[in-house]
Amino acid sequence: MSETPTPRRPLSPLPEKPPIPTTSPTTFVGGGLVEESFDLALARRHRNGRIFEWVCWLATWGSVLILGVLIAAMAWQAFGWLTPKFLVSMPKRNPAEAGILPGIVGTFWLILLTAILSVPLGVGAAIYLEEYAKPTLLTRFIQLNIANLAGVPSIVYGILGFTAFVRMFGLARSEYLISFGIGTFQLTLPFGRTVISGALTLALLSLPVVIIASQEALRSVPPSLRHASLALGATKWQTIRYQIIPSALPGMMTGVILAMSRAIGETAPLVAIGAATYITFTPGRIGSLSEVVTRPDKLAQVPFDSFTTIPMQIYGWINEAKPDFQHVAAAAILVLLAILLISNGLAIYIRQHFQKKIRW
Amino acid sequence: MSLIPRPASFASAANPSPTETAASPEASPLSGSHPVAANAGGANTSGGASTPLKIETRRMNFFYGSHQALFDINLRIPERAVTALIGPSGCGKSTYLRALNRMNDIIEGTRHTGDVLLDSHDIYAPNIDVVALRKRVGMVFQKSTPFPKSIFENVAYGMRIAGIRNRTFIQETVERCLQQSALWNEVKDRLKDSAMALSGGQQQRLCIARALATNPEVLLMDEPASALDPASTARIEDLIIELKQNYTIVIVTHNMQQAARISEFTAFFCQGRLVEVGLTKQLFFKPREKETEDYITGRFG
Ligand SMILES: Nc1ncnc2c1ncn2[C@@H]1O[C@H](COP(=O)(O)OP(=O)(O)OP(=O)(O)O)[C@@H](O)[C@H]1O
Ligand SMILES: [Mg+2]
Repeated sequence: MSETPTPRRPLSPLPEKPPIPTTSPTTFVGGGLVEESFDLALARRHRNGRIFEWVCWLATWGSVLILGVLIAAMAWQAFGWLTPKFLVSMPKRNPAEAGILPGIVGTFWLILLTAILSVPLGVGAAIYLEEYAKPTLLTRFIQLNIANLAGVPSIVYGILGFTAFVRMFGLARSEYLISFGIGTFQLTLPFGRTVISGALTLALLSLPVVIIASQEALRSVPPSLRHASLALGATKWQTIRYQIIPSALPGMMTGVILAMSRAIGETAPLVAIGAATYITFTPGRIGSLSEVVTRPDKLAQVPFDSFTTIPMQIYGWINEAKPDFQHVAAAAILVLLAILLISNGLAIYIRQHFQKKIRW
Repeated sequence: MSLIPRPASFASAANPSPTETAASPEASPLSGSHPVAANAGGANTSGGASTPLKIETRRMNFFYGSHQALFDINLRIPERAVTALIGPSGCGKSTYLRALNRMNDIIEGTRHTGDVLLDSHDIYAPNIDVVALRKRVGMVFQKSTPFPKSIFENVAYGMRIAGIRNRTFIQETVERCLQQSALWNEVKDRLKDSAMALSGGQQQRLCIARALATNPEVLLMDEPASALDPASTARIEDLIIELKQNYTIVIVTHNMQQAARISEFTAFFCQGRLVEVGLTKQLFFKPREKETEDYITGRFG
């Protein structure tokens, strides 16, 4: 080589290695069989490694490609229909004027209530099962059932929700079993086709996933951590509070994020409980953001009002006869995807914040 | 004998054969009478005021499920002294150590028979609060396990959970403990860094500092110097010698020289049995049992 520095080395595959001089080919004798030489086997091992890497690459980018095609197709259909006005309008009979506002607001309230209901219950159950419950036959039975429940089709939860929350097992002969009001606040039983019925149903649906993911996260906390904490004179609760939960929190949050993303997109159980597809007001009749401040009493009515969600609106529009509604549906799908992306991004950001707090 | 300045207050092995005792009558004042009988009198009668008893196990058997890990252990651990536990791998040293602060309770399916007494109180009695017990009997594990927190918070943890809120007190204690465990100079500028970023030996010293910070009466140390270089080992040994003024220390070690350097008493375990226990000097220079001699001289197995 001359002294002149080579400015850029061409990107090339691994240079051919000079063959290792083999005076006598290395052979291994095992199980009575003479195996290939080490070099030959090594070359094959490296090749297998490369093949595996390729398969993984393909799996990743294959799914990205499919998603890309899907989004592109939707964007093509929605082009010109996804306008700012679409986001803040009520649904109309005229596709050109139709909007998605009740769906966005309904989805927001529904998921908020679902999370409030299912996260404490799910995490609490997971902590109990992992940290406190003795491994008896009963807990094993419960464990098995939770795993089974995670696989039950969501429509079944919808039917359950309809019976248990919307109709309350048909206990009411007349329209309402209980109905009482304090000021403007009205509580009626059965819940009917309201946000709270939907949230309770989706909470049931998410619970098994939240429990299983949280248990997995708790189980992955090294036992040495709890031993070290206990040996320093911590109580069981302190050990759970200061060591186990902080370590398991990112994993738990992953489970919660996945469960809530799934809940955002759920349609079948909401169809089953009879949520509206066409509705021209938002839950609690809150007309604008400022009303949250000026009329806080309306917030109390949110859980007990009728509602629709973005997937329900999409479902409704797809079933419309007018062909232009297909464009409206495509626009709504894009909105749903964007909301999923934003909420997931936000949740992952929060999770990372907690992850940084643990100094692994 | 002049070799042994003070009569021991510890128990001897479970059942030393009477013939052997008789064969070496000059071995120690202890072996002059039957060991069990000599110990029956208790620490104060046999040893005067010099070495009162801190921990005693009587006829202790220990089981992991159906697997018996300890057989009939009778051992007396004197106060303000270092007792070394030696023996081949898997002989039950760690198991014995964990029985002394009830860390074995955490392991599913374990049980024991016999008594474990701390200051003459049965620590397995129903009225004993395990949390309070573990505050009195601190432990340094065989595998160092820092918390995924900052170095400072690792050492402060024991105080915080005990409800200590005084910031200056916590700060002073953290510094003192890190200094005692020979870690201060290496970490004093990075107390806020993650403890997981420390080297294996540093982590081990951090765990020692962490155990000291709760100010226990008894310190159980399971091979605390196994990952340390000679200099750090020397610092830890100095620390142990310093600590025994105020603490009762039980240390597991595979290093015979270390046991000889720092401990007053040594117990030799083998296959779940306590083979021999005695003054360290006596056990190393004049072991009563053939097994002990073989192990110490490296002819074991
Ligand atoms: N958690 C456990 N479950 C079941 N058996 C165990 C457990 N811990 C230890 N044992 C068994 O108990 C016996 C004693 O183990 P212990 O850890 O006390 O040995 P040790 O003397 O500390 O060994 P080392 O010097 O290698 O640390 C071994 O046979 C071991 O296999
Ligand atoms: Mg051990």
